[in-house]
Amino acid sequence: MFQILKKQPLNPTVTLMEIDAPLIAKKAEPGQFIILRVNEDGERIPLTIADYDREKGTVTIIFQIVGATTEELNHKNEGECIHDFVGPLGVPSHVEGLKKVAVIGGGVGCAIAYPIAKKLHQLGATVHSIVGFRNQDLVILENEFQAVSDKLCMMTDDGSHGTKGLVTDALKSLIESGEQYDEVIAIGPLIMMKFVCALTKEYGIKTVVSMNPIMIDGTGMCGGCRLTVGGETKFACVDGPDFDGHLVDFDEAMERAAMYKPFERKKHEDTCNLFRQADAD
Amino acid sequence: MPNMSLKKNEMPVQDPMVRNHNFQEVALGYTEEQALDEAARCLNCKNKPCVGKCPVAIDIPAFIAKICEKDYEGAYEIITRQSSLPAICGRVCPQETQCESKCVRGIKGEPVAIGRLERFVADYHNAHAKTPTEKPVSNGHKVAVVGSGPSGLTCAGDLVKMGYDVTIFEALHLAGGVLVYGIPEFRLPKTIVQKEIDTLKALGVKIETNMVIGRVLSVDELFDMGFEAVYLGSGAGLPRFMNLPGENLKGVYSANEFLTRVNLMKAYKENSETPIQHAHSVAVVGGGNVAMDAARCAKRLGAEKVAIVYRRSLDEMPARKEEVEHAMEEGIEFHVLTNPTEILGDEHKFVRGMTCVKMELGEPDESGRRSPIVIEGSEFTMDVDCVIMSIGTSPNPLLRNTTKGLEVNRRGCIVTDDEGLTSRTGVYAGGDAVTGAATVILAMGAGKQAAKAMDEYIQSQN
Ligand SMILES: Cc1cc2nc3c(=O)[nH]c(=O)nc-3n(C[C@H](O)[C@H](O)[C@H](O)COP(=O)(O)OP(=O)(O)OC[C@H]3O[C@@H](n4cnc5c(N)ncnc54)[C@H](O)[C@@H]3O)c2cc1C
Ligand SMILES: Cc1cc2nc3c(=O)[nH]c(=O)nc-3n(C[C@H](O)[C@H](O)[C@H](O)COP(=O)(O)OP(=O)(O)OC[C@H]3O[C@@H](n4cnc5c(N)ncnc54)[C@H](O)[C@@H]3O)c2cc1C
Ligand code: SF4
Ligand code: SF4
Ligand code: FES
Repeated sequence: MFQILKKQPLNPTVTLMEIDAPLIAKKAEPGQFIILRVNEDGERIPLTIADYDREKGTVTIIFQIVGATTEELNHKNEGECIHDFVGPLGVPSHVEGLKKVAVIGGGVGCAIAYPIAKKLHQLGATVHSIVGFRNQDLVILENEFQAVSDKLCMMTDDGSHGTKGLVTDALKSLIESGEQYDEVIAIGPLIMMKFVCALTKEYGIKTVVSMNPIMIDGTGMCGGCRLTVGGETKFACVDGPDFDGHLVDFDEAMERAAMYKPFERKKHEDTCNLFRQADAD
Repeated sequence: MPNMSLKKNEMPVQDPMVRNHNFQEVALGYTEEQALDEAARCLNCKNKPCVGKCPVAIDIPAFIAKICEKDYEGAYEIITRQSSLPAICGRVCPQETQCESKCVRGIKGEPVAIGRLERFVADYHNAHAKTPTEKPVSNGHKVAVVGSGPSGLTCAGDLVKMGYDVTIFEALHLAGGVLVYGIPEFRLPKTIVQKEIDTLKALGVKIETNMVIGRVLSVDELFDMGFEAVYLGSGAGLPRFMNLPGENLKGVYSANEFLTRVNLMKAYKENSETPIQHAHSVAVVGGGNVAMDAARCAKRLGAEKVAIVYRRSLDEMPARKEEVEHAMEEGIEFHVLTNPTEILGDEHKFVRGMTCVKMELGEPDESGRRSPIVIEGSEFTMDVDCVIMSIGTSPNPLLRNTTKGLEVNRRGCIVTDDEGLTSRTGVYAGGDAVTGAATVILAMGAGKQAAKAMDEYIQSQN
């Protein structure tokens, strides 16, 4: 059992939790994730390690409430426990040796992008962060990004906060203005990563994406998380979640991600109106 | 006077057309009367040919003789000298290629139903005996076991009985390995596995779930923590795919994913949080136990049509004979000498069909097996909306990638000597992680062997 030490809503649908998990905190690196089960008999879901404190022995997760399990998790309060919490899983992001990087986060993807930006900053790299949200109400981690970025571009679809436009617009204008990046790291909805990759391909800038396919075990046992990368089948949980974005078959990944949509919709239609919102993404 | 009937006592089973809609156990087990009648068929052969074919050399005539005397606990005691999981092996051992294959009674007629008798004895014991409450006297030494499949459980059981302080580290949230995530409830009820695990716990074995060794802790860290020897029983859980066009369409599963969703995550239950696709027509590619289990689960989840697609003939099928028969009775179709070439998708990228070719068996190759060759122009399409790939698994690379100096072979299996010692001092391994996908009894035997070697090693160090 893993105790929730802190719970903080970041926006109406996104919550941060700090979990007491000393063994995981000791090993965690940016880019890695955990798998949890809220209760006995619950589903296993993966969430990125958004932050960790090796001394305190805590791991931070930031999750968007999209369905049954995340909703159940959000019902837990400080002091209560999560049944299973396993990690750190996946290969850590490769950040060593990078001098100047554009880190792009879309929506809750910012929770995954933030620890990477932070690590790059600690390693002395120049970090330009571009974060995008649908509107002002959904903005998360703005101050955190500010603290670790040499430049921060805040984008919203409707212009209610920061600049109106998409993250690709911001990236394009930075590149056009002469900024030269060793690498672009893009994390967010599949469609966003796909368009970032299409853009950076034009300019020939190496781009790393973090893939979030449906997972079960997270140890390489089921193959449910498989993706096609450069024509080869890869398991995101053990070979990733980071991949070279120019090699990922995004169209296939988007199809696979929607596999259980009909099932989940049927199950939670009555109880959860967030589906409509999730669909609008 | 021995019972000279040429036939085994039939195993009472649930009616096929009822059981293919439920997840309750198919084979119901002998009654005492049936067990006595069957036990009386054993001739108590002096040279015990059956024993030579049991991988752990259970003294078969001796335990059967105890059944004849109605001394079931005595029979249990004889079996458990060699096997720690009789209720499990009695159910899932491929007896027809092992103990029963050399039974004298099988020369003219059917062999003695050794497996069924073993199951009877174990079930009798489990129904009557209490779990032990007395812990063995500690010898002050600590050992670690990685993986809680039959191999790890057996190794832990033997070591704890010798007085070791044993901790099992399991990656999943539940202990039992393939016994809980792979083999379905209707073939091996999970209460039986749980009972074995509870017994180990009562003896003092600690089980730490959610511990992926190689990630949370490395093997080297286990030594740093004071474990004096480590047993790797991590299995062979990495699924293989065929690299066919369309293999990543929605509705194509590895058997592991399908069975994990069904068994471990209980997707067959109404209130399960884990989704599973309810398909109408399912093709399962492969011919092993895993393929049979996947097919029979698919049927139970409500598929109208389920077909096994296997590239060799029925004779070559590696699955237990009983499972093939049960599958056939339950209405599973068998397309043998058939191989898929492509999986077809609809406009939403869900599976809508599978193209196959017919095969014929050619001349025997170096291994002596007749290899299948494609019959030209035999292509045809099956109408399916779900495909389950069950063409084998290999050991997960995580441990070998994170353990320095751990030697593995070309197929990724951990290399050990006859005692189970790996290329690393103090690190032992066994079961599917060493042999590649094999059987419960072999995995168990390897765990036993290694427990002995680990004990000798630790004692020699002190
Ligand atoms: C490596 C990895 C890291 C992730 N990190 C984060 C994170 O830091 N914060 C965050 O909010 N989310 C993250 N996700 C996504 C998160 O796992 C899903 O939102 C969660 O599983 C949904 O579960 P649910 O039961 O609440 O919703 P469900 O009712 O199961 O589904 C709602 C929607 O989520 C999709 N979904 C379902 N299960 C998964 C799954 N296992 N993985 C991905 N999508 C799924 C469904 O297709 C559906 O569209 C990550 C996913 C992966 C694979
Ligand atoms: C569907 C199916 C049906 C089968 N039917 C039969 C049958 O009828 N008869 C028969 O004899 N055999 C059968 N088998 C084969 C048999 O189950 C295996 O040979 C046997 O379980 C191997 O045991 P094991 O202990 O070596 O490994 P496993 O049972 O695979 O257990 C390994 C355990 O180690 C854990 N693990 C892996 N890596 C790590 C790590 N890094 N850290 C911590 N834990 C880890 C895994 O999660 C797992 O729990 C079947 C197999 C399957 C999949
Ligand atoms: S353990 Fe298996 S092979 Fe050995 S006697 Fe029992 S059923 Fe036969
Ligand atoms: S070979 Fe058959 S008849 Fe002979 S001892 Fe073994 S089980 Fe009994
Ligand atoms: S989640 Fe099962 S293999 Fe990746």
